[in-house]
Amino acid sequence: MYAAASDPKRARLAAVQRLLREPLGVFGVTLVVLMLFGAIFADWLSIYEPNKISPRDRFQGPSWDHLLGTDQLGRDLFSRVLHGGRIALSVALFSTLASLVIGIVLGLIAGYGPRWLDNLMLLFFDSIKSFPTVMLALALVTLFGPSLTAVVIVVVLVNVPGYARIIRTQTLALKESEFVTAALSMGASTPRILRVHVMPNVVGPLLILASMDIPVVIAIEAGMSFLGLGVRPPTPSWGAILNDGFTAIRDTPWIVLAGGLPIIITTLGFTFLGETLRDVFDPRLKGRG
Amino acid sequence: MLSYSIKRLGLAVVIVSVAMLMLFSMIYLIPGDPAAVALGPRATEAMREALRVKMGLDQPIWVQFWNFFINAWQGDLGNEVLSDRPVATVVLEQLPYTIALILGGISWSVALGIPLGCWAAVKRGSWADRLVGVLSVAVIAVPSFVVAIYALLVFAVTLQWLPAIGAGEPGDLGDQLVHLLLPSLAVGLGWVGYIARMVRASMLEVLEAQHIRTARAFGLPDRMITYRYALTIAILPTVTLLGVGIGQMLSSAVFAEIVFARPGVGKLVYDAILTRNYPLVTGTVLVTTVIFVLLNLVADLIVGALDPRVRSRF
Repeated sequence: MYAAASDPKRARLAAVQRLLREPLGVFGVTLVVLMLFGAIFADWLSIYEPNKISPRDRFQGPSWDHLLGTDQLGRDLFSRVLHGGRIALSVALFSTLASLVIGIVLGLIAGYGPRWLDNLMLLFFDSIKSFPTVMLALALVTLFGPSLTAVVIVVVLVNVPGYARIIRTQTLALKESEFVTAALSMGASTPRILRVHVMPNVVGPLLILASMDIPVVIAIEAGMSFLGLGVRPPTPSWGAILNDGFTAIRDTPWIVLAGGLPIIITTLGFTFLGETLRDVFDPRLKGRG
Repeated sequence: MLSYSIKRLGLAVVIVSVAMLMLFSMIYLIPGDPAAVALGPRATEAMREALRVKMGLDQPIWVQFWNFFINAWQGDLGNEVLSDRPVATVVLEQLPYTIALILGGISWSVALGIPLGCWAAVKRGSWADRLVGVLSVAVIAVPSFVVAIYALLVFAVTLQWLPAIGAGEPGDLGDQLVHLLLPSLAVGLGWVGYIARMVRASMLEVLEAQHIRTARAFGLPDRMITYRYALTIAILPTVTLLGVGIGQMLSSAVFAEIVFARPGVGKLVYDAILTRNYPLVTGTVLVTTVIFVLLNLVADLIVGALDPRVRSRF
């Protein structure tokens, strides 16, 4: 551990080695890599156009021609699942990044700013968190209409209060620390103190938490698209495939299977990976949620 | 304790008020004229004007908000657009179905989670412990609507053991319970994981306690020590955990109601969105939010009563 503290590169390498010694971690990595591979090389892996309608081939079961079968419009489900991975992944990355940026900025303001602003912001965070997630999503969709933008806004609203609170608490603690006082006495400006002295110390734990939230974000996108409140047709999304298959679940169960399996694989993969990463990098966070 | 309770209650009131303000601004920002949406394209200008006056849309925005605010605190959420019935009545009609669903979810999660957590704690470090650990994480990770759809596919469509849609014949309790089994499993499955982890952790703590060691020294049978002496204490934190859990189950309940075509507030708000019945949407969201805030309040008060450290944080 002492060597690790002095050499971050070697510490990271050791952590990766410990991660790969955990069977659950390896399983998680495998699932995530599988999903990333499918999403990144979607164009190359799929034989059919994901949105190409072919009425003669509708409702076909899984076969060598169509690995996962076809849907009610004759579209190849395997191609749609692969391209759906792109949607899920880009929504997850973009909205998590947006929540992180907004959460960090608001948290720094709440923690370092005046007391009244801090209280006001805490009240605002608590109020947002007082809506049950799905209800918040439904209310927002009535406002913005069903779209990817609505999904991103829901995710940001769900994530930001938690992130901002973590940053705020740590900023409050750091504000009193000796090195910040020292920087202040040498005439450092507030932006400089926040950027150079506070930020690097608060961002680490937040990144682990954010990576553990990725499966939740993917579930929100899929859930909203399943309700017809997320991506618009014909965009391939796992939730939209579930929605297509749900109406025909009695006769053609493979559509629902094709839509649900990637959601299960991805959420399990990221969760197992996140759990192991957390234990490896930061044992203090063990037992959260 | 009294000062903590009052402060915590005050905070809940403020939070609900802010939530109301957010909801109101949401309705206000919705593009289009609510009166025109409600009456459809064939209404005349005079009819629209009359409805606008009736809904109070001709008044300045701050008057509109004040009326909305005062009425909502008095339980008057306005009338819904389609049948012109009070929103509060419509929501309260549907609420029992959702409450039954959530209670069913809690039953599943407690019935499966407590024994699993217990088992894992007793067999600490064994393959059984590891298996329960992995399973707990897995059921927490998988989204509830996927569980709902797959449960429907396996048990209702393929095996045909359980009914696929509806809430059962009114008045026939057995039929209603049968209809509740699958949807409540979908709502509660994720919480099996949370509860199993929680029970395992607190069991491990309790099993080290003095009185358990004393019981061991007296030669009481292991089974009796585990279930009678340790579990009754280890179960306490789970109770407060459930306070938070009910709020999250409310989200899962929305999906379960839609997948299994059950009546309830989730189905109500979903249908209201599809028919652009905005007063019904905001009314339902507000009611569920108030319930959520109340549950968190109760959970915090219980924790505050048990743990003085929480009280001093205010």
